[in-house]
Amino acid sequence: MSEQNTKSMSIIVTKGTLDWAYPPFILATTAAAMDVKVTMFFTFYGLQLLKKELDHLQISTLGNPAMEMPMMGMHMTMPNIMSTIPGVDAACTSMMKNLIKKKGVASIPELREAAIDSDVRMIGCQMTLDLFEMDSKDLIEGIDVGGAATYMESALKSDINLYI
Amino acid sequence: MTVELDAKGLTCPMPILKAKKAIKGMGGGEMLKIESTDAGSVADFESFCRNGGHELMESNEDGGVYTFLIKKSA
Repeated sequence: MSEQNTKSMSIIVTKGTLDWAYPPFILATTAAAMDVKVTMFFTFYGLQLLKKELDHLQISTLGNPAMEMPMMGMHMTMPNIMSTIPGVDAACTSMMKNLIKKKGVASIPELREAAIDSDVRMIGCQMTLDLFEMDSKDLIEGIDVGGAATYMESALKSDINLYI
Repeated sequence: MTVELDAKGLTCPMPILKAKKAIKGMGGGEMLKIESTDAGSVADFESFCRNGGHELMESNEDGGVYTFLIKKSA
């Protein structure tokens, strides 16, 4: 396929929870597999997804009435008040991780690796690094660090621009 | 020569990612046979082939296992 016909997509990644890490990485890897040139811009909480270690990713049960976890043949939702109890989010996260494994869903580190392997361009937001006093040494190698203009240059040339 | 790929037990997007990886290493006109248990892969492989110019020669289901035969674009 010639460079001129190559389609492109950009994704702004703003969320840093285990569940919300899935849509951007699934779309980025699939698009790359369909010969789409992909740029991901990780900003605010989304920047967590560029950390070398991803073990800290959690899900939050707060304000999420649509989260129906299958349990003993039924579906369980979590009242908001439960989220305030220490350990509940951690327990739900480990439930979610078990479910992910059991159902054969790829892990986030696995999907991120696939994205890197397929030459998805990843940009970390410099302002987010400064704001949260994050160290760029904690982020994976091979990424670019930049700001809104870096993203815009790529977005202006892209066929698809998503905000997740 | 037909390349075989076992994607059983995997969910979206892994069957497509693994198929792409396999196809990358194949020559034009070569065949790829994929086995999957992901029901969504029926529609996904149709799109994947249309988009990539590959030919979906066969798409079958037997006891929850989906089999696809893809001819790589020349």
